[in-house]
Formats: sequence, structure tokens, C-alpha cells
Amino acid sequence: MTSTLKISSLTKRFDGVAALTDVSLTVAPGQRVALLGHNGAGKSTMMKIILGLIPATSGKVEVLGAAPGSAGARAGVAYLPENAAFHPALTGEEQLRHYLRLRGESPSQALSLLGRVGLGHAARRRIGTYSKGMRQRVGLAQALIGHPKLLVLDEPTSGLDPVSRRDFYALLDGLAAEGASILLSSHALTEVEARTDRILILARGRLVAEGTLADLRRVAALPVAMTVTARNGYANTLAEALPGARIDAAGLLHLTCAQESKLSMLARIADFGTKVADIDVVPPSLEDIYSHFSQREGQ
Amino acid sequence: MHRILATAGTEFRIALRNRWVAIAIVLMTLFALVLSAAGSAPTGGLGVDRLSVTVASLTSLAVYLVPLLALLMSFDAIAGEVERGTLPLLLTYPVARVEIVLGKLAAHVAILALAVGVGYGIAAAAALAVDPDAMAGLPALWRLGWTSVLLGATFLGAGYALSALARRPSGAAGLAIGLWLGLVVLYDLGLLAAVVADDGGWFTTDLFPVALLANPADAFRLFNLSASDATAAASGVGGAAAAIPLWQSALSVALWPLVALALATSAFRKVTP
Repeated sequence: MTSTLKISSLTKRFDGVAALTDVSLTVAPGQRVALLGHNGAGKSTMMKIILGLIPATSGKVEVLGAAPGSAGARAGVAYLPENAAFHPALTGEEQLRHYLRLRGESPSQALSLLGRVGLGHAARRRIGTYSKGMRQRVGLAQALIGHPKLLVLDEPTSGLDPVSRRDFYALLDGLAAEGASILLSSHALTEVEARTDRILILARGRLVAEGTLADLRRVAALPVAMTVTARNGYANTLAEALPGARIDAAGLLHLTCAQESKLSMLARIADFGTKVADIDVVPPSLEDIYSHFSQREGQ
Repeated sequence: MHRILATAGTEFRIALRNRWVAIAIVLMTLFALVLSAAGSAPTGGLGVDRLSVTVASLTSLAVYLVPLLALLMSFDAIAGEVERGTLPLLLTYPVARVEIVLGKLAAHVAILALAVGVGYGIAAAAALAVDPDAMAGLPALWRLGWTSVLLGATFLGAGYALSALARRPSGAAGLAIGLWLGLVVLYDLGLLAAVVADDGGWFTTDLFPVALLANPADAFRLFNLSASDATAAASGVGGAAAAIPLWQSALSVALWPLVALALATSAFRKVTP
């Protein structure tokens, strides 16, 4: 089957100011793709173009083989806006029944959908009384209506506690297994870690990195940090033998080395035998990798 | 069609919760009762039944009240969705903008029809209770009823258009009040001043009738007054009403809701979420 979403050379300008510049990407059926970037990097703009809410300045966008915002595209695409909002006078159930009818589905599914996102108990309360996290779940419930082929989720986990966040990703795994493509945005790499197949990083409207977490790690080639604990009295001996090492107040040795020389460095330290009490290897953190890509451009 | 009905159902429920249904019914009832009571004094000598007199009073009232109610219900319709942030999500659903407008219109027209029906029904009951001849006024009351609903639909559409243009509820409210003042109050004053200044010239004979037909509120008044000749005495535009054929005012009353709907839809199409 062809790709669910295909974007080529997409550019969007607001009054001459570039919001997106020459962005190209494809999303295959069943793929979970995370779109990362700072506030103002262009994530929401890109999503709105995919949904057909705003037009692109130039470039080509194809959603389920149709133009964004066309009847065919809208029938197969679900959206969860950032800070999902609903009419406060309606109950969660009434709001979902409304959305179900708009999609031509049976309104009787409302309660089971709310149950799936853990809101069954509050279905008959007005949305005006809901917390932010609960509104976000109503938003998620409406995005599940009618087995969409593409889910566009704008910062879906903001306002969710860690447990609900895990439940949310479990739900997405189920949808992706059924063949739905998922494009979700976030501004934290730690949040999407291991729950998405592919990561895209946007910075100032440009796509600066793309790939799996392992790909990004490799391309960024950030140094590995090591902390060595020497046996009593040997700290200085070790520090002299290891170039670039420094001793902190607690007597621990800190050093860094390139990704590819990690093993040889470990072997050298192991050669000291009983002079070494312990060793910790700290790979570059997800935040380090993310900062590396999102700040490189335009600095 | 099912999407229009779904939207209408939800909008009606929201209006019920926001007490707009109750407010509209209570307002119309109250005014109908006041007019029925006030209209009781001068009837005897005219040789007209009580209900026809009440209809004349109700016409003058409806021309102010129905547009006001319609604008109050509609000014928030699109600007409110923009402000709450509910519009982007709604527009990603497979529903056309014209379907959203039609759904809201159906719900609000239903509320207006309910309020008008209850209010006029009470006025009719009050007239029938004291004057057995009042049955003669029922056709005029029926005519007033459906034209009131059409007048309401016109101003609902205009309210949606202003709501889409303003994009903020506060701005839309200001525009709605401005439109009401302009079309319902100042327009007639302006025409009156022009007629007086013109003193029977070209303006009075040629432009004045067209100007009356061009305003939905005036066309409504004109149609109801010229259709029931017994009430001509009750209005200052009585003379003009006689000069304009009935079909022209009827056409204006019937066309305006469609024009307003077209304006609302095209204004809504220009809203970028």
C-alpha cells in the first residue's frame, strides 16, 4: 500500500516570515512518528497544513492519496489539538455522541469510547467541571472514533500524569498494530522514547534530523561520559595515566571519549585491575541528543 | 443531512442549558401579555375584533424584539467557537461549513418559533377569552407568526455573519447591537427625515418604497400591515404600505433569510482556525 502521508518540499510563510521551509517526509501505514521541536519550531503549523486547516505556501501534501482537508482526507484523519477544548455546557457523553454522529457512526459507542480512555465514571458530568487531563482524554476519545487511518496528535501527553501517559502509549500501540499511522508532536524526546518508530526533529521550520533513536544517537556522535572510582590512594595514578581525566572533590575521576573509542577506553581502564573499584558509563542523554539537533541549525 | 441534524440537536441542547430557550419564551410571553392588556382600551369604537388589534400591536413589537432575540442568540455562534478553541477540531471533521451554519440555524430558528408560538398563542387566547369575534383575526396572527420566524432567521444569519467577521465574541456583540440599531431603529428615522425633507418629490415616490423593501424589518412590517387592512391605522408607514403591492413585501420577507444565510456561509468560509 502507498504511504498514508506524503509531504514534499513543503514551505509555509506567514506574512513573509518562514514557518516551514522545504520539509519533506512520508509516513507509512502502521508507523508511529514523533515530531519534535521547540515552541515555534513549526510543529503545529505543519499539523494544521496536513489537516487542511491552513493552506501551504508551496510544496505538495498528500493525505490518504487526497488533498489535505478534502472530504476523503477528513473522513480518514483524526486530530487531537493541543489543549483540547469542548463546549463546557455539554457532558462528555453528549460531546462524544455529537462527534460520532458527525462521522456517521452510531452515537451509542460514546460510553465505551470514554471507558477506553478511563473517563467512564465522568461521562455524565459537564465538561466545564473536568480537569485539563480529563479534557485531554475526551480529545483522545474523539480521535479514536471510526478507526482513523491517520491520527494527528498535537502534544497529546501534555497534562497527563505518568501512569495515564503509559496507558496512552499502550493505546497507540494497539492502533498502530491495526494499521493506523500516528504522527504526534512533543517537545521532549524523553517522552516519546521507545514508543515511536521514527523521530523527526524540526528546528526553525526545517527538518534537521530524521530516523530511529539509534540512528539519531549515531549521527549526533556525542561523547560518552565515564566515571571511575579508584581504590584508596590510586586516584592520582589513574588520572595521570588517562588523558583528559579530572578528579572531583569526592575523589571520582570523570572522563569523556568518542562513541567509537568507548570499548578501547574501557579496556585501558580494566588494565588497571584492582586499582579500579568501580566504573559507570553514561551514554549521551536523550535531552543531549535533542539539543544537539535542535540547536545546531541557525546558531 | 444527518450532520445538520446532529449539529442542530447539540446546539439546541446548549441553548437549553444556557437558558436561551427559557429566556426567549419568557420574553415573548411577557410582551404578548402586556400588549394584550394594554390593547384592551381603545377597541370598542373601531369596529374591529380584539385579536386584529392585538396583531397590530404585536407587529410593532416583533419588529424590535425578534431581531434582538435572534442577534443575541447568534452573535456567539462562530466567534465563541473560535474563542473556546473548539473550531479547529470541528473543522477537521467531515462536515462542511455550510452544514455547521445550517445546523446552528435550525436549532435557533426552532427556539424562536417556539417562543413566538407560545407568545402569540397566549395573546390569541387572551383575545378570544374576552371577544368571541376574535376568530376573525386568526389568519393575521398566523401570518404574523411565520413572518416573525422568517424575520428571526434573517437576523440569525446576519448574526452568524457578524460573528464570523468579528472572530471575538465581544466584537461580535458590538457589531450585532450596531446592526440592530441601524436596521431596526435608525433606518426608519433616516427614511422619515428624508421623506420630510423631500416633501413629496422623487425620493418619496420612487426610492422610498424600494428602501422599505430593502430592509428586512420594514418589509416584515409592511407585509403584515398591508395584509391586514384593518390595522393600517396603527402605523405610520400605513400610507406607504398601501402603495407597495403585497407580493413585493412577501418576496422581500422570504428572500432575506436566504441572503443572510449566504452572507453567513461566505463569512464563515473566510475564517482560518
